[in-house]
Amino acid sequence: MLFWQILIDGFAISALYALGATGFTLIFGVSGVLNLSHGAIMVAAAVAAWALAGLMGAGPYASAAGGVLIGMALAMATYFVTVRPIQRSPRIAESEKEIFILTATLLWGIIISETVAYFFTNNAKTVLPIVEGVVTVLGVRTPTNEFFTAAICWVAIGLLWLLVNKTRQGKAVLAASMNPRGVTLLGIELTSIHLAVWLIYGLLASIAGILLGMFLGVSSYSVGPLTASAFSIVVLGGLGSVTGSLIAAYVVGYLETATAYLVSPAYRTIPALLLLVVVMYLRPQGLFGRR
Amino acid sequence: MHKHILGLLSCAAIASYALAPTVAHAADPIKIGVIAEAQSVAGSSIAPAAQLAAEEINAKGGVNGRKIEIVVYDNHSSAAESVRAFQRAVNEDKVNAVIASYVSEVVLALEPWAARLKTLMITPGAASDVITQNIAKDYAHNKYTFHGYLTSSALAGQVCAAAKDLLVDGEHMKSAVIMSEDAAWTTPLDQGYEACLPKSGLKVLDHIRFSPDTTDFTPIFSKIESQKPDVIVTGISHVGTQPTVQWKSQQVPIPMFGISSQATNSTFWKDTNGATEGVLYQAVSGPGVAVTPRTLPFVDAYQKKFGNLPSYCGYTSYDEVYMIADAARRANSTNSDKLVDAMEKTDYVGTIGRVAFLPKGDPHVHGLKTGNGYITGLMLQWQDGKQVNVWPKNLANGKIRYPSFIKLSSAR
Repeated sequence: MLFWQILIDGFAISALYALGATGFTLIFGVSGVLNLSHGAIMVAAAVAAWALAGLMGAGPYASAAGGVLIGMALAMATYFVTVRPIQRSPRIAESEKEIFILTATLLWGIIISETVAYFFTNNAKTVLPIVEGVVTVLGVRTPTNEFFTAAICWVAIGLLWLLVNKTRQGKAVLAASMNPRGVTLLGIELTSIHLAVWLIYGLLASIAGILLGMFLGVSSYSVGPLTASAFSIVVLGGLGSVTGSLIAAYVVGYLETATAYLVSPAYRTIPALLLLVVVMYLRPQGLFGRR
Repeated sequence: MHKHILGLLSCAAIASYALAPTVAHAADPIKIGVIAEAQSVAGSSIAPAAQLAAEEINAKGGVNGRKIEIVVYDNHSSAAESVRAFQRAVNEDKVNAVIASYVSEVVLALEPWAARLKTLMITPGAASDVITQNIAKDYAHNKYTFHGYLTSSALAGQVCAAAKDLLVDGEHMKSAVIMSEDAAWTTPLDQGYEACLPKSGLKVLDHIRFSPDTTDFTPIFSKIESQKPDVIVTGISHVGTQPTVQWKSQQVPIPMFGISSQATNSTFWKDTNGATEGVLYQAVSGPGVAVTPRTLPFVDAYQKKFGNLPSYCGYTSYDEVYMIADAARRANSTNSDKLVDAMEKTDYVGTIGRVAFLPKGDPHVHGLKTGNGYITGLMLQWQDGKQVNVWPKNLANGKIRYPSFIKLSSAR
């Protein structure tokens, strides 16, 4: 009973982690950017969906779609306002650009989360669930929305895989994540790849944020932990490796769920963080890292 | 040349300093600093409610000819920022009294500063018993602090009294699990629950304290369910939306009853997309409940002016401005010690009941008097988007009604 409960509960939360981390790792792979406003974008998308439903009376589908659009717009704003100007600036030394972008995205994330808190308070919000009710599977009473969440996550990840492996544009993205210079030598504009990756990222992060809002609820307090969990999953899996991130998401998700059920919900995140430290010692490039 | 100008300037400065007190004295406003959490739903009512009270008092001519002036500081829910705001309020803005915060940790951090800077401070919403215990321990220093809201142990007492009438006598319930967030205010609350629930007739099967950072409550609810209690007695304030929504989405068949501060907010229905249907929570006031003749006029005036309903600390903050004004009127002074003396003699019918403070010598000195004739509290339930009062009987405007997924033990 407890075993099945951990299995089912952990699967949904891990799928969410996986979806959130995939976009994050894709951007890092392609452009070397660690986007520290990740959590803020997820939360903003979810709060936007909540506001559309709660304040303007939109239905669950319309509000979710609206939330995704706003999340994507924010992701693009992140790219155009904080990342691109630094990447192109002749006044910042090339070697320092990474740290500048890191700081800029961090500050950008704080701006977003403070704005959300200012207009919508820092109380947690929950997005109108698309599917309601519960189903009993293997003796575990589970909200139908949990299965829906896991399904959407995997469909989104599956579509991403098809895009990257089966389409020409997708292959260019994959190539850029392996060797950006090689791609430019083939005559592909790197900027358009960056743009495409940020769009995909915005889509994935917003969907993850809204699903999280339906599943557990979000507030401006969630911003830090969400960025931190995406970051540690990506580092654990190997920076830039999508497969690594997916596996790491499940490792972290199940480790957290098992701790919450078997030890105490208060210690939920600790074992995963310890694992991260151990991996850093023994295999600094992460489980599936290439560099 | 420069020397002359400098000399002239300093002469003028000295003159203005010397003249200032005599010139300004008659119309000197009584300044009340308000340090609150502008970004939280509960805290965001504190400053507007104080402002409303000040405007009402000023419209009627003020206090002995002096106007009330409210100076607002946003503490961003941080104790450190609150301390800085308190110092600035007293040292630079020269406030005569401070209304501070609904977070116990913040008020506990400010209490020694109220003592050091000898400035009257009253909280509209913090609950920890330690606030009044500190005053009892060192009255001479800490007498400047007043507890304008119920202590946690008083809250526990009111929840237990309601539980006896509604759950034990009403539904024949026999057992409970306590579920509370780990924070300063819940330590005495939980002790209170453990002591008084058995006396009300509810056996305490387990006691779960969880971190306020918890996002996934599934493990907590599944553990509680496995113990088969008749009711979950809550102590939550920093969290609210998430446990409530997950309680509903997981269809936990056990009612939630107790303190759920966020549920007192009128926006809680929207925050939870209606998942709060059936949640029972203690409060000192509720929409449409005329606890005293002042309650509903206040709610109307607040809603008219700000477009939303006040949170629980809006009511107390509003009353506290009146209490401070009243004390200043009786003392005919804003001298801190005289204000404290006058505040101690407060006997004021406010929006939440008749307010009087426990006297020196009581273990909860400067805490509110509770019970018959003073503040008794209410038990409300969310029903169809509305907050309905179900206890005590003489103030009730509805009956308990549970959502369909709740399986009462008598029916199980």
